[in-house]
Parts: sequence; structure tokens; C-alpha cells
Amino acid sequence: MLKYTLQRTLYMILVFFIITLMCFILIRMLPLPALPPEDVHTEIVMMRREALGYNEPYLVQFWIFLKNIFTKWNWGLSEKLYYGQDVWQIFVGKLPATMIVNLYSIIWSIPVGVSLGVFAALKKNTWIDYFLSTATMVVISVPSFVYAFLIQYIFCYKLQWFPFLMKGGSDYFSLPMFLSMVPPVLSLSFGVIAGFTRTTRAELTEVLTSEFMLLARTKGLTKAQATVRHALRNCFVVIVPGIFGEFIGILGGSLIIEGIFGIPGVGGLTLNAIRGLDYNIFMLSTCFYTAIGLAASLVVDVSYGFIDPRIRMGSKK
Amino acid sequence: MTYEHIPAEKFAFVQEDKKLRDKALETKARGFFADAMLRFRKNKSSVVASYILLFLILYAIFAPMLSPYSIDQTDKLYINFPPFIPQVAEMKLGFLDGARVYDSQNDAAMNYWRGITEETGYNPVIRTVGTHETQVKSRGKMVTRYTYDIEVNTYYATGIVYRNFSYADYQALQDWQNETGIQVIYPYVNPADIGGIADRPNIWYKVDNSGSAVLDKDGNLIPMYSTDTTAIGAEYNSIRIPGDDGSYVYSTAKAGSVQCRICYYNYYRYLNGREPSYLMGTNLMGMDLFCAIGVGARFSLLFAILVSAINLTIGAIYGSIQGYYGGMIDMALDRISDILSGVPFVVVTTLFQLHLAQKVGVVGSFLFAFVLTGWIGMAALTRKQFYRFKGQEFILAARTLGASDRRLMFKHIFPNAIGTIITSCALVIPGVISSETSMTYLGIVDLSEFAGTTIGTLLSQGNGSATTAPHAMLWPSLFLGLLMISFNLFGNGLRDAFNPTTRGVDD
Repeated sequence: MLKYTLQRTLYMILVFFIITLMCFILIRMLPLPALPPEDVHTEIVMMRREALGYNEPYLVQFWIFLKNIFTKWNWGLSEKLYYGQDVWQIFVGKLPATMIVNLYSIIWSIPVGVSLGVFAALKKNTWIDYFLSTATMVVISVPSFVYAFLIQYIFCYKLQWFPFLMKGGSDYFSLPMFLSMVPPVLSLSFGVIAGFTRTTRAELTEVLTSEFMLLARTKGLTKAQATVRHALRNCFVVIVPGIFGEFIGILGGSLIIEGIFGIPGVGGLTLNAIRGLDYNIFMLSTCFYTAIGLAASLVVDVSYGFIDPRIRMGSKK
Repeated sequence: MTYEHIPAEKFAFVQEDKKLRDKALETKARGFFADAMLRFRKNKSSVVASYILLFLILYAIFAPMLSPYSIDQTDKLYINFPPFIPQVAEMKLGFLDGARVYDSQNDAAMNYWRGITEETGYNPVIRTVGTHETQVKSRGKMVTRYTYDIEVNTYYATGIVYRNFSYADYQALQDWQNETGIQVIYPYVNPADIGGIADRPNIWYKVDNSGSAVLDKDGNLIPMYSTDTTAIGAEYNSIRIPGDDGSYVYSTAKAGSVQCRICYYNYYRYLNGREPSYLMGTNLMGMDLFCAIGVGARFSLLFAILVSAINLTIGAIYGSIQGYYGGMIDMALDRISDILSGVPFVVVTTLFQLHLAQKVGVVGSFLFAFVLTGWIGMAALTRKQFYRFKGQEFILAARTLGASDRRLMFKHIFPNAIGTIITSCALVIPGVISSETSMTYLGIVDLSEFAGTTIGTLLSQGNGSATTAPHAMLWPSLFLGLLMISFNLFGNGLRDAFNPTTRGVDD
């Protein structure tokens, strides 16, 4: 199992490097942004570009880029949006807002989603199940900015319970901040809840009809005992890796929700970098999102093996 | 008794003239597709979804044709205006009347609305929603003041605006007035006479310093129309408003042109030959939403179908090769798709836009972005199907008969997998529409030059004014939501119908 994990990790790192290299070259191939005319910093900027190897072949540039990251953790300076500031510092400053909003969202929506799924599976083929399945279907189909609009219109405008945009500042755990986070948290939660409800219901209905459940009932367990001890455990084989994946995903957040609710997070930064063509920020965001995506799939894959002995045995073959 | 050397004459034909055949089937034979259709029809929700889907597609095709407007026919003043159809508005049904609620309108504001009604003949106030009573201290006494929440017809409420015309245009407008008898030009009011207010052309009556109306002893508004002929802009020889004894001045001179007060609703009729009527209202750009949604949906649907078709082809070929050959080839190709699928979609789209938009156009580069990673899911699916079929006896038989690899892949294995692949295509289309909408919504891709508008663009335009003009957000959201739900239900139904064994496995 350890060998498998190690193999997968190394492979992921390799994939990550290849993607970074591709994106790096594609970004460096773009024409550089024009410097402000008559600017006193022009000479310094030109010198810095020279040092970063802008006139060298792309592989040399990539080598310098990597060297700067590994030796000094230097991701470059912003050349457009935050003129002359260190990209990593900007980025780290934006991270907490994204993480907290997403953390709140999954903290409550995973339990709700799983319990709704269990409920629907236990009440299979009753109106509760039909209602929940339909609702899940609708929520998964409709894009998130539609709920964001509904939530903003109903709770922020008509009822005026919450502010329209997330509060600025860094007092992430104060009450006004929490209130201003509720609308984005709600908008993010719908999708997560629906996803977990659907997976849990599908898994549990399948497990409940399997023969070992019949055996469990035959040997005298009550329905509740059999469900908790045998059915739920088996369906968690699929759900728990999903939960791990969600937790990694909280770093990434959602570009759309961050845009609508004005969350000062990485998503908004990435969007601004794309619109303002700030290549260094964009490069960092690219690496970040790629790493998160790869890490999430790695964790999901590996955790399957740790949780389910059957899969663990399979990997040895 | 031996069975060897039986003489030939012992043998007799069982039948010589009759043809031997199986008993003809009494029931009608039912093919694979008919069978699938039968199963599909049993699934009520999918049937309903497919009707809704059909309706939405018909809407996308016909709405832009049925709408009196094209998306280029925008009006600069009728922006974010609610749904309005004059014929329906007259019936006072409470919808399609261009209504927007104005809160806490005091007496001055109520007189302003009254001024518009009396002058243009269009009453903007539809009904009073609520009345608030407040006690205010005025000159040492407690006085009761009333404010009203009213529903206002936004189209009528525009009332009078200032416009500058060339002499020829001014004359043309007068000719039109003579011809139709509709008053567009209203007498000029000198701002000096109404307390210097030059930015509210709707005020034609006597006002005090704060801009509220001063009434005469019968409670009527006192007209303040200009009779000063020294600053007249151009000769006026058309119909005059009631109560005009011929002394009112209808324009003023403005640097080589004529400025006058015009009733915008009637001026709109002059320009367009019809009254404004917007079934779903207008958006931020002044587009007719009924038409714009159709135009956007046309693009989204066509684009999604094109993307799915390309991805299906690439994915099927790639997956077939992977699945059929297996081993090293499978692994090498798998590494490539691993790398491609690791790149976030936003990054792919952005880079393609930056690199290719100038060479192959915005749509072309957007298409490339979708194709770059979109086929991976399809390839994985095809690969799985190939692994399932390639070990079976009929393949061995075909190989023994000397079939080439290509023939085995595309004549023998692929047709078996095609049901799964086609039905998953019905689930790929909504995915493409969703990503396309997100990208245009975020403004990473701007397709408005090519497609006119897209649902995503409409949504992002509506989002800015979601509180004042919720309809501009509501209709595109509703359309998109219905489209996604019905597409997904339809796709699920198709999948269940074509693969009865997998029913309920992943939903």
C-alpha cells in the first residue's frame, strides 16, 4: 500500500511538472505587457526581466523560474494589478477568505447531504425518496450562479437579512463577517449537499439489497443495527474519499461565487489576473489550481485503498 | 442389424416439393431501438423532460423570428425595463404592464406623476400598493403627512425628454405629427421659469424652490410654458396641445440645432412605427430579452452539439485504440490524457483565448479549448466498453476468419458499445452548455461580437441590476435552469432505456 501511494505521488508530481512547463511556455510566449511610459522603474523592470532570462530559450527561463521557487520561494513580482508587489504575498493574503467560506460550506453540507441520502435510501420508493431525488436532480443541474442570484435577491434584498457582499477586512471570525459570509456559503452548499445525497442514496440502496444484509437480519439484528453496522460502513467506502476530495477542494473555491459575492479570495484574484493580463499571478494561480486538482484525485484514489481492504488487496497484484 | 452399407433405395426424401420453414412469428418483431423507445416512454419524468426540451429548442429557433425586435435594435432609454405589452397593460391584469414599485412617494413626487399624466395623457401610476402616515412637526404644529408606495409604468414614466434635432429632422417630425395626429413635441419650458431646473424636462408647471408643485386655489397645476419668441429654435406649424392659444413656443435654439421637449413614448412610435412591447422586458443593453434569450440559446445549443460531436469522434477513436490494443499503448495514451485532464479548464480557455483568438477567432479558440480536454471522458468510456467486448467469442471468431484490427474495432466491437456512447452524449451536451455559460458569465470569453449575445452574457449583465430589474436575471436563469434540468433528465432516461442493466446504478 505504501509503495502504491508513493508511486502515485511521484507520478502526480511528474504530471504537475509537465503541466506547469506547458503553461509556463505558453504564458511566456505571450507578448509582454507594455510598461507605463516615462516610468522611473522601467530600467529596473528591464533588468529584472533580463535576470529572469526573458531573452533566453524557454527551457532556460523555466529553469530560472524553478530555481527561484526552490531556492527563494520567489514566484515573481506582479507587473500589472499590484505593481511591483510580491505575487506569493498577495496570493497568501487572499487565501484565508476563500478557505473559510468553503470550510463553513462543507462543514455543514456534508453531514446534511449524507443524512439526506441515508434517509432517502431507507425510505426508498416512497414520496420522500422521490421528492429528495427530484430535488437533488434539479440542484445538480442548475448552475450555481442561478442560486446565487436567488439567494441574493431573496435574503439580501427582499428580507434584508444579510449584506450583499462579503465584508472586507481580516476579522474572519467576527459576527458581522460571519453574517456576510452566509449567502456565499449557502450558494456553495447546495451543490455539495445534492452531490452527497445522490452518492449516498445510490450506494446505500445498492448495499441494502445485497445478500449479507439479509444474513444480518436472519442472524437476529434489528433493521437499525443491520443498517448502521453493515450497510453504512460499506457505503462509506465510497463517501469518505469524496469527503477527503471536498476538503482539498476548499482551497480552490469557486470563481463564480467569489465574483458574485465579492469574496476577497483567490478566485477573484485569478479572474482579475486573467482580465488584467497579470502573467505572474496567473502562473501562480495555474500551478495552484493544478496542484489542488491533482492532489484531490490522488487523495481520493489512495484513500479508497486505505479504507477498503478489498481494493488494498487488489493493488498488490 | 447394421447401419453400414445401407442400400440407397432405402432412403426416401422426407419432402421434395414442400419448403421447410420455421413457424412464422405471430407477433411483430421489435428492434433494438423500438425496444429502447418503449422503455423510454415508460419513464414519465424523461418524457415530460423531452417535451420541455423540445419546447425550449423550438423557442430558441423561433423566438428571434417572432420577436418584433432584433438584438441590434436597442433603445437607449428603455434599459432594464420590466415586461410590457400595451394591449395587455390596458386590461389592467397586473402583469405585462411595465410596473416597478416606487417606495415612499411624497406629495411633490405624486404631483410629478400627475404632471406627466396631464401633459402626455399617459398615466404612469398603475396603483397604490401602500400608504404610510407620518406625523411631522411643521411651523410648530403636528401635521399628518402621507407617503405612498406606488406601482409605476416605467415606459410611461419616462415622460418628456429633451432632444436636439437638425432643422430637417424637426420638420420631418412635425410632418409626422400632422399626418398621424399624435403629439410628440410639447411646448418649451424655460428653466428660468421653473426655478432653474434644467435636468427634469417633465416639469412644465409652477414649482417652488425645492421643486415641488405650486397649485392654484382649485388644486390644479399651473402651466409655465414659454411664450418668449426671441429664443425660438425653428418655425412650428404642426398640431398644438389643448389649451394653447397659439402663443406657446415649441423649441429653442441650440448651436445650429433645435432643442425641444418630446414625449418619449410617442417619439418611440415615430422612430419605430409601433408602440414599445417587450414580452420579457429589456436588459442592460436595451435588448428585447425575449429575442436575446433565443439568440443566446441558439448559439449555446449549436456550440454544445458541435463540441459533443467532435469530442465523441476523437474520444471514440482514442478510446478504441486504447481499449483494443491495451498494454503499453494503453498506458502511454493514458499518461497523455492524465496530463491533459490535469490542466484546469479556466487556464486552458484563457491560454487559448490569448494565443489563438486573433488567428482563428474567439469561437474557434473557445472550441479548441473544449476539444482539448473534452474528449477524455468519452475516451475512458469507450475504452471500458472495449475491454468488456474484446475478449468475447464473437471477436475470436471474427479474428479466426481473418478480420483486420480496424475491422474488428469498428465493425465488431464499436457497434456493441455505441448505445452507451451515444446516450452519454446526451449527458455531455448539458455539461458543455454549463461550462460555456460559466465562461461567458465570468467574461473570460466574450462571444457577443460573434453570437450577438449568449445566456452567460445576459446573466452577467442582469446580475449587476438584480435588485432593480430582477426580470433581466430571472428569464435567462429560468431558461438555463429548465434547459439543464430537462437535458439531464432526458439523458438519464435515454441511458436507462438503452442500457436496462445499468438502470439506477449512478443516479
